Order: sequence, then structure tokens, then C-alpha cells
Amino acid sequence: MSNSTAIVSVLTALLGFPALPAAAEPSPARQKELIHLVRQDCGSCHGMTLQGGLGPALLPANLADKPAESLVATIVHGRPGTPMPPWHRFLAEDEAQWIVAKLMAGFPK
Amino acid sequence: MRRSLQFLLPGLLVLLLGACAGTPVRGTGDLGLVIERASGHVTLVNTSSRSAYARVGGLGDLSHASVVYSRDARYAFVFGRDGGLTKVDLLEARIVTRVMQSGNAIGGAISQDGRIVVAQNYTPGGIKAFDADTLELLSEVPAEYAPGQFSKVVGLADVPGNRFAYALFDGGEIWVSDFSDPKRPVTKRYPAGLQPYDGLVTPDGRHYLAGLFGEDGIALLDLWQPEKGSRKILENYGRGEEKLPVFKMPHLRGWSVAAGRAWLPAIGRHEVLVADATTWKETGRVAVKGQPVFVMASPDGRQIWVNFAFPDNGWVQVIDTLTAKVVQTLQPGKAVLHMEFTPRGEAVWVSARDDNRVVIYDTRTFQTLGSFAAEAPSGIFFSSRAARIGL
Repeated sequence: MSNSTAIVSVLTALLGFPALPAAAEPSPARQKELIHLVRQDCGSCHGMTLQGGLGPALLPANLADKPAESLVATIVHGRPGTPMPPWHRFLAEDEAQWIVAKLMAGFPK
Repeated sequence: MRRSLQFLLPGLLVLLLGACAGTPVRGTGDLGLVIERASGHVTLVNTSSRSAYARVGGLGDLSHASVVYSRDARYAFVFGRDGGLTKVDLLEARIVTRVMQSGNAIGGAISQDGRIVVAQNYTPGGIKAFDADTLELLSEVPAEYAPGQFSKVVGLADVPGNRFAYALFDGGEIWVSDFSDPKRPVTKRYPAGLQPYDGLVTPDGRHYLAGLFGEDGIALLDLWQPEKGSRKILENYGRGEEKLPVFKMPHLRGWSVAAGRAWLPAIGRHEVLVADATTWKETGRVAVKGQPVFVMASPDGRQIWVNFAFPDNGWVQVIDTLTAKVVQTLQPGKAVLHMEFTPRGEAVWVSARDDNRVVIYDTRTFQTLGSFAAEAPSGIFFSSRAARIGL
């Protein structure tokens, strides 16, 4: 990911452009991997039950007032100044979109 | 005849008592437990037979859990993520008492005299002290570092004098609370630095170290001379180089002082930092396979075992403290979360979460001594911690 695309996505996030482009659903096998990644590895800070830890809670009620695009940007690029790292080495942007949609609806077990 | 009866009677009594209890009388020095993080269970284990002997459920959310032991090494106090504090009897393999003490907890500690158990909390930020017998609340210290501002508490450790040292992630301070009067704790505050993420006390109880996430360095407080204040050591260890993204916070708790040196995880670097434990000056670094999570010294201080953050969490490396070189690289299984040495260190137990296994290694030959199944195992805690400062 180049710097300019990063800037564009951060800007998009800041401006709060709503509607996410309809992303292709990850395959069932990949969905399983992503669920595991979120529960176990994001869970290191956000809690396996996503009720928060060193990082904030990621339950639907906590995310309701946040633009989805900025949440996607946070996952992909991290948040400088906080412990949130960028995850782009491990997932594609449309996979991050899938994760955000699932988080906002109530994340699968 | 009378004489022999006098000798026989106590023996008979012991036999009768043993029969009443239904189980043979035994000590707990070789017992411990393994956290099964996904299901709220703990598996009770025996380090002599190298096996599990019981399983206890109903401990709530153990996705981040830690354990301290009563000074008789019979009871484990299990601190769960959801604020649950559960007292487990290792001998009778059952829950004795359980309280919900906060909304979101990260661990705990037990006082020098064994009478007070203290929990450290993220929400609401602060510490709470409980009677070790009954788990009745004695007092609390909210981590209000500025008016109306509460911090998540990390790195809680017991230190001599029935005191507890801990760090404030959001407040950037080290606090030391004296529980000489358990209902009226007295707290002193010291500056730490940006975002302390965990802390440890050295095995002699003298120095408290808080690792910093927000800057390169470690805050150090000499608890023998707290009036001298805290200071920073290993400053700028990253030498201005950009940090790698950190996919899991390191844990400092463990005996990471060995062979006269402190062995500490570098944040955002594939390195273990080494500092002289008298001058606290950096003496070297050891390049390792990933970002260290636990950097644990064997009881004799000869070896340091290191596990790593995602995505390198399938590896474990062993550093020889005499040469400060990696002497062994192991692959115990998928997602290695924790390691625990047997009391005198002939073996180390390693949990592999995604393989649902605990693997036991000989620390001299590095051969596997055995393994057993456990559901998503994380922390392993042996009762020998009962006699250690800071564990």
C-alpha cells in the first residue's frame, strides 16, 4: 500500500464517507480464519469476547456511532500514537470491511 | 504396654483422619493449574507425574487470566478478564469462593503476609484489596491520576512491607500502595513515562520496573530508597529507528533477572534487551525470531526462554545467560502463549493454544518429556509461585 492511498483512505475516514462499496464475501474457510484472528489476536488487546482490555470494546453498541470506513482504515493502517498496529500484512482491505460489518452487527463466535 | 499405646495412638488418629477426608494426605508443592481460556475452566496438574488430575469449570471469562497462590500453596486465586476472582482448592479440586469484583480486570497479586489479595482493574481503573480467606472487600485505590481521569492499571506486583507496586497505562505513573492497615491504604506516586504497559519486581523485591510502550525505555524505582524517586533506564534503545508494529503487548511478569542481569523484551523489535542488574546500564542485546512476549529466566538463572507475538507465535527460543546467545529454537505448537518452569527448573511446560496441547520439555536436553490435551490452554501457574516475591 503506497503512502498516497493510505492518505486517501485516512481522509475518506476523516470525512466519514458512509456507504462501503459492496465487497465480495470471503470464502467460508477464510471467514473462519478471520473470525479466529479477530477473537484470538485482536482479542489480545480488545478481549476474546471483544468487551475491551487495553484496547477499547468492539461490541455493536461501542461501534454504532463510528463510520465504518474509519474503522476499516484503523484495522488496515493502525492508529499512530496508540498501540493499535496496522494489519495489512495479514488481511486485504475488503476482508477488513467484512470484519467491520460483522463487528457492527455482532461478531460470530 | 502403656508406652506402646502412647506411640500408637497418634498414628491411629492420623489414619482415621485420613480415612474421614476420603483422600490421602498430601502436600501441594508439585501441583499447579493451566488456564483454559476459551471455556472458563482450569485443569489441575501434577508436575511429578507430568499429568492433569482434575478439571474445574465455572470461572467465567478467562481469556486473559492470571493466578497467585496462598502462602500454604493450597489455594489458587484466579483473576479473570471479566472481573471474576475465584479461589480454587488444589487438593479438593473445587471452587471455594468466587466474587465479581470489577467489570474488566487484568490480574492480581497477594501480600507478603498472605492475608490480602489485590486485583488490578482496567474498568473501573484501580486496585481492590480482598481478605484472602473470605474474598471480602477490604479497601480500594481508584487510579484517579487527575481529577475525574481514571487509568487502566497494569503490572501489579507485591513488594515487601505488605505494599503493592503498579503502573498506570493512561496516567504514566508508578504507584506504590502500602496496605499495612488493609482498610486504609496509603499511596505514593512516581513518574514513569509514556504508556507503561506492564511491570515487574525483581526477585529480591527491591526494584520495580515498568516497561513503556509510548517511548523507548523502562522506568525503574528502587523500593529500598523510594525517596530517591523513579528514573529511566535503557532510554532510546530503539535509537530513533521506526518501531515494528506490535501485534501483542509483551508481559514483564516472570523471573527475568538472571546471572546478574535483567533480560527484557524490546517493544517493536526482534530483540531481548540485557541490562546489568546493579548499574542498570545496557550490556547487550540478543537477536531473536520475533517480538518477545514472555522473557522468562529458569529458576537457576542459566537459561532464558522466550516466546513471541503473532505471527511468530509458533516459536520458542532459549538463550544461554553465560554467553547471551540463542542456543535452541523450538516449535512446540501453534500459538504458544505461556511457559512455566517446574520449581527447580528441570522441566518447562509450554501451552500451545491452537493445538489444544501442553508440551513439557527437559531444560537440559530440550527433548519432549510428555504432553497432554487441554482446551485452548494459556497461562500455566505452579504452586511454587506461593513462595516467590512478585509472582
